[in-house]
Amino acid sequence: MKRLMMAAAVLALGLSAASAQDEPTKVGFVYVGPVGDFGWSYQHDQGRLALEEAFGDKVETTYVENVSEGPDAERVIRQLAADGNDLVFTTSFGFMNPTEKVARRFPDVKFEHATGYKRADNLATYAARFYEGRYIIGKIAGRMTETNTIGYIVSFPIPEVVRGINAFMLGAQSVNPDIQVKIIWVNSWFDPGKEADAAKALIDQGADILVQHTDSPAPMQVAEQRGVYAFGQASDMKEFGPNAQLTSIVDDWSQYYKERVQAVMDGTWESTDTWGGLDAGMVVMAEYRNMPDDVKQMAEETEAAIRSGELHPFAGPITNQAGEVVVAEGEVVSDEDLLSMNWYVQGIDDKLPQ
Amino acid sequence: MRLEVTRRAAPSKAMAFLSPVIAIALTVFAGLLIFAAAGLDPLRAVHLYFVSPFTSLYSLQEVLVKASPLVLIGVGLSLCFRANVWNIGAEGQYTLGAVCGGGVALAIGEGSPFLVLPCVIAAGILGGLAWAAIPALLKTVFRANEILTSLMLTYVALYLLDYLVRGPWRDPMGFNFPQSALFEPAATLPVLTSDGRLHLGVAFAVLAVAIAAVALPATLRGFSIRVAGSAPKAARFAGFSQSGTVLFVFLTSGALAGLAGVAEVTGTLQQLLPEISPGYGFTAIIVAFLGRLNPVGILFAGVVLSASYIGGEVAQLRLGLPVEVAMVFQGILLFFLLACDSLIHHRIAFRRAAPRTEARHVG
Repeated sequence: MKRLMMAAAVLALGLSAASAQDEPTKVGFVYVGPVGDFGWSYQHDQGRLALEEAFGDKVETTYVENVSEGPDAERVIRQLAADGNDLVFTTSFGFMNPTEKVARRFPDVKFEHATGYKRADNLATYAARFYEGRYIIGKIAGRMTETNTIGYIVSFPIPEVVRGINAFMLGAQSVNPDIQVKIIWVNSWFDPGKEADAAKALIDQGADILVQHTDSPAPMQVAEQRGVYAFGQASDMKEFGPNAQLTSIVDDWSQYYKERVQAVMDGTWESTDTWGGLDAGMVVMAEYRNMPDDVKQMAEETEAAIRSGELHPFAGPITNQAGEVVVAEGEVVSDEDLLSMNWYVQGIDDKLPQ
Repeated sequence: MRLEVTRRAAPSKAMAFLSPVIAIALTVFAGLLIFAAAGLDPLRAVHLYFVSPFTSLYSLQEVLVKASPLVLIGVGLSLCFRANVWNIGAEGQYTLGAVCGGGVALAIGEGSPFLVLPCVIAAGILGGLAWAAIPALLKTVFRANEILTSLMLTYVALYLLDYLVRGPWRDPMGFNFPQSALFEPAATLPVLTSDGRLHLGVAFAVLAVAIAAVALPATLRGFSIRVAGSAPKAARFAGFSQSGTVLFVFLTSGALAGLAGVAEVTGTLQQLLPEISPGYGFTAIIVAFLGRLNPVGILFAGVVLSASYIGGEVAQLRLGLPVEVAMVFQGILLFFLLACDSLIHHRIAFRRAAPRTEARHVG
């Protein structure tokens, strides 16, 4: 009798393993914005579509868009886990604690959280070194501006954004010490109306190049209408500003998503902490356009130098707003300090909440 | 032919009760048509939307978690609206409740839950109450329009929270991200189920409904609120103080919104974040009216609206429907409700040709 039961159990195990192989790997995505934002969430969704293209029937993806980073997030993430997803990507910082809570309850489901710092055996983190791109566009802006005034539209004062502003400024100062950056906080990642208003206000204050760290193409459209230059964000926005866009810092998650799903299929998935940049292909510069050849050449050289590791955007000497040298010559800012960056470099006319 | 709308002499009592039910039925019917037009299996879609949230214990729990702040706030607002006081700022009172309760939770830290939690909750209630006291006093003392003042104070409250979690209350261990530290276990609401998120806040909501349902018809205060709304002159003749009523309903609804806020941050989120509400304070206005300003009605309305959100998510997951469809549905529901309502009070008649055409014949 006992042996019979054992045999049945072995058979059942074999059957379930076989069906597990036949069944597609289910992958869920949680987006903070609408997939049609043409920015952050759009690019994550492009990554999801790349999965479907690469794996075909072997993968089944679902997503929930416009999930606010408040009380609803945990429910949505949990729903995805309970629906039998093998791997769940939560793609905004504010999903960190809910993802961690759900990961604790679903130890067999793998979770990946973008831009956070909490990890567990079944919870990995990933992010991209967008500041590398910001350094390049800083150099381009430094060369292209005529008024020496750059308008910078930003979402929230979090380290990611502050790091971007600093990288941009360091790049710009390296070619143009007189450059000024005017900053407007719109307190939203996606609000085309507010972003457009900020763009107009900055142009009225003399900015002839716009930089954005918000997700909609509205600032690019305003730049196109008003005849100034702009840099796209997250996706290639040249269709919204064919004459305005100099380049765009594109988030490319496709390769990473494919690798991680493959790892789940192979049973080799591990909780990791990934922070990839230009060299990993996570940060991609859109075509350099609407600029003279020598500026384009400088941008390409800078890009190559960062990719090879020869140039680090946060290499000393760096002075803060108070004029103190915070990074000495020959040193670079550590990853940990980059991740928690909460101070401005010299020359930025703005104050951070302390 | 022309259309004539006339007032009914006596609106039907039965229909007043049935109107929300009819509105929901019509919404489901409209849903069937919309899904069929979109090329989906309409029965499956409607099932996912309206039935699936109630079919598993887990999703039922989630419905209640989401409904409880709506019901708590809705009950408070119904008192205001009955007394013709237009408190539109429940979102701000909710936020202040969360800020004050959360602030106390962060300040006390560890301790006995029997001591810490009551302090945290009391702070939340007082926070909401204090925030509501501002428009209440502005109305009673300066006759300032409470719609404007309460609404504007909402934005002040939201920015206050924003400032606190990005500045002074930011988690020192949190890499400078905008969020407070997680509350100590002593300052979090007890969870009622082993695997879920159902917390004590649900009990607060039910309690509020019960108290309001008993007290509103049975107490002098309840009577004065109803008279102040339906016949202000009679209320004055009866010697009810107008400002007394305004203050009472405003402070009560503020306190309930504050309680909802502190329950949400100590129960669901367990920390302060820049975003702590998906618009509960505003959705609760809909809930209050959907429930016909009746406490028990509000309980049902809160559950229905919350289920439509969760059903919307399930439909998004299983059918790939866009999130906007859930919003369209809520819009349709309100439309039918208002339409049914106006038909209770008015009748529509088609009249034959107007006299003017005959006059033209003669001329």
